[in-house]
Amino acid sequence: MSDIAATHDGHAHDHHDADHKPGFFARWIMSTNHKDIGTLYLIFAILAGIIGGAISGMMRAELAQPGLQWLELFSGATGDQALHMWNVLITAHGLIMVFFMVMPAMIGGFGNWFVPIMIGAPDMAFPRMNNVSFWLLVPSFILLLGSSFVSGGTGLGAGTGWTVYAPLSTSGSQGPSVDMAILSLHLAGASSILGAVNFITTIFNMRAPGMTLHKMPLFVWSILVTAFLLLLALPVLAAAITMLLTDRNFGTTFFDPAGGGDPVLYQHLFWFFGHPEVYIMILPGFGIVSQIISTFSKKPIFGYLGMAYAMVAIGVVGFVVWAHHMFTTGMTVNTKMYFTAATMVIAVPTGIKIFSWIATMWGGSLSFKTPMMWSLGFIFMFTVGGVTGVVLANGGVDNYMHDTYYVVAHFHYVLSLGAVFALFAGFTYWFAKMSGRHLSEALGQLHFWMFFVGVNILFFPMHFLGLQGMPRRVPDYPEAQAYWNDIATYGYLLMAASMVVFFVNIAYAFMAGRKAEGNYWGEGATTLEWTLSSPPPYHQFETLPKIG
Amino acid sequence: MKMLKSALIAFSLVTTPVVAVAAIAPVTAPVVAAAAKSTVKAVLPEAPTALAPAQGMGQPVNGQIGIQPQVTDLGQEAQWFHDALLMPIITVISLFVLGLLFWVGFRFRKAANPVASKTTHNTFIEIVWTLVPVLILVVISIPSIKLLAAQYKPPSKDAVTIKAIGNQWYWAYEYPDHGGFEVVSNMLPDAEAIKRDEPRLLAVDNRMIVPVDTEIKMIVTSNDVIHAFAVPAFWTKMDAVPGRLNEVTFKVQEGKEGVYYGQCSELCGARHGYMPIAVEVVSKENFAKWIASKGGVMPGAVKTVTAAPAAVVAAPTPTLPAAPAVAAAPVAATK
Repeated sequence: MSDIAATHDGHAHDHHDADHKPGFFARWIMSTNHKDIGTLYLIFAILAGIIGGAISGMMRAELAQPGLQWLELFSGATGDQALHMWNVLITAHGLIMVFFMVMPAMIGGFGNWFVPIMIGAPDMAFPRMNNVSFWLLVPSFILLLGSSFVSGGTGLGAGTGWTVYAPLSTSGSQGPSVDMAILSLHLAGASSILGAVNFITTIFNMRAPGMTLHKMPLFVWSILVTAFLLLLALPVLAAAITMLLTDRNFGTTFFDPAGGGDPVLYQHLFWFFGHPEVYIMILPGFGIVSQIISTFSKKPIFGYLGMAYAMVAIGVVGFVVWAHHMFTTGMTVNTKMYFTAATMVIAVPTGIKIFSWIATMWGGSLSFKTPMMWSLGFIFMFTVGGVTGVVLANGGVDNYMHDTYYVVAHFHYVLSLGAVFALFAGFTYWFAKMSGRHLSEALGQLHFWMFFVGVNILFFPMHFLGLQGMPRRVPDYPEAQAYWNDIATYGYLLMAASMVVFFVNIAYAFMAGRKAEGNYWGEGATTLEWTLSSPPPYHQFETLPKIG
Repeated sequence: MKMLKSALIAFSLVTTPVVAVAAIAPVTAPVVAAAAKSTVKAVLPEAPTALAPAQGMGQPVNGQIGIQPQVTDLGQEAQWFHDALLMPIITVISLFVLGLLFWVGFRFRKAANPVASKTTHNTFIEIVWTLVPVLILVVISIPSIKLLAAQYKPPSKDAVTIKAIGNQWYWAYEYPDHGGFEVVSNMLPDAEAIKRDEPRLLAVDNRMIVPVDTEIKMIVTSNDVIHAFAVPAFWTKMDAVPGRLNEVTFKVQEGKEGVYYGQCSELCGARHGYMPIAVEVVSKENFAKWIASKGGVMPGAVKTVTAAPAAVVAAPTPTLPAAPAVAAAPVAATK
């Protein structure tokens, strides 16, 4: 919590510029400044990340050994109510990390902060709508957290999984909890759609003279593609969960076979959103890593156009592969063959990106500062998560791994070790730009190595558990799965300890961090944010920069 | 369905006295047989002794890292595809990327290469790293598509049909080819599982019994929310969706009799982790004995059964107008 207060102080007192700043209430509650809103998003994401991470700790504690350890204590109940608590934990962990940690940090946080600056714009196209985007997220999060304290059927809270599959989420979950969770998703979705509209408009209309689309930094490209994915995917989610809501409350039967509906329809709608959603979470990470690799190699990015259009390709193909999440729902053989082939196609543009990053480093003059370490970690971990994705893409093989810990390992490698590494990379890369003060390099390296080793010990054994047949979303397991679960728990402890280092580092930066100059990374850092002071003036580019 | 049921009831009325004569031991297994339930409690032959699970077969092994041993042809084909093709390819790719990262990091570190090159394009290498992954994917996709086609091969006519019905939170198995009786399968409490020397959370009270070396056509559905019927050792996983009848086929290889465990594999509520699947694969003879012990009837055996009682029945029970129904039973039952 101290870091939050410290962030406020940092902004309130660091008057590097003579610009007029509004008072506290007007500045932080009625914000229209993209950098302030970005800061709010980052604080929000860190808070949500602490909660989501604490929930994963509760789950890890329960899974530390066979038998039930903690659920009765956590839930204050016994029997099925205690077991229901498990489902509430997995649901909350998934929803919080996806909608309230990764997305707000990537798009709301870094996107808001750096997209306008990188294209040489004074602010976002719709500053007030930007504020609405952020403040929709707060009641949304409160609704989600609140849903844990009202009845969700068997016990308190929504225990449907983040996928909210019908009929478990309709006839299977009585009580207001799931309704609250659905409304929470509606608000988060509306927030993201407004944000997407804002980014698309900003990027298309507010680029500085000479900043053509093909000169935009790759981070801006990544946010542009992400914004289109949000704009096209989220309305489908909104439709699906609205139908859930009416099925639950108004007697419709969209997903109820008794009235001619079909539970699998919900899954199609959900994954039509859900698959682009995973690219929404990772594409901004691609952008961040591209900037960082280029900076610390002192080289422009290799194959810039290929990199930009690989992201576009991933975005486009990402819309036509959704049913690989549904290989065991009973689809026809032709459908399964199509989704197998289409899914594997995504490996090609992803491969282009991996190799282009390495080629960017090739011939460079590399320095291994904290953000670079996170980016290198990202490349390797994302490769590992990517190749297990190729295994899972095969419909005939997925029969075995589907809904096992192999899948859990796969998506934590691409998200917890992919997206989250990119977030830490971006955070350590831009922190001094945003705050004006340097983090400690030593603490940064310590955090990286502890986190890197920790998450690998935590998630790699989950491949083995999955291959040995351990299903997802179970609070207990046979003794024969104890060994790797035990190892994983040690990994969690190391990862959790590394987060203490992270927060100490932030506290250090605000209390004793060196003041940062404008371009503290030197000659490799060529994008427009490095032409400004750290932190940038309250209103930058009142005279638009000319791009040569 | 109604006709089938009435035919079966009539059929059991006729056959019951005959079976009773033949039977020596009273019934021990708990019977939930649709046919038998509606009549006087039948005295049925004893079920063959339940098999004990074998170490390392059909269940996880502590500390193991690979796929469970497969006991179906399809499972072995898929396991070969995974172990011999996919795993080596992804391992090589991961190590290749790791190796490149280390090499580039070492060779082009600031101390070794103070001045960065300005190269940003090399059309040839870009084409190579686009085409090579495409080729690798083509190599993967051929056995992948073949595997899918094999998994979807329709079962033969003599396949044994079993209907698995997911319920919160237990499985029910119907044997429509064998008189339509139902076996309700609940997880054993921990203490009971340990007493029977079976793995905790996997052991059940009544297993799903299937004959070895026989195609089993599973019809999978649900009564409430979505569940998933999964047996890792068969490479079988199929969602149980209310309102849908999903079909999946497996055939356990000859000599692979034993107990194979699985777990519900789709989140289905509070006790999702507590509705295991236990499949006991038995010899064909023991399967027939087990069917008889459940008051069911083997499709092939129907003719002899119907012929025998016809002779016996004629004398003691002339009052029952069941004879035509007996003839109808096998026809209805095979549908």
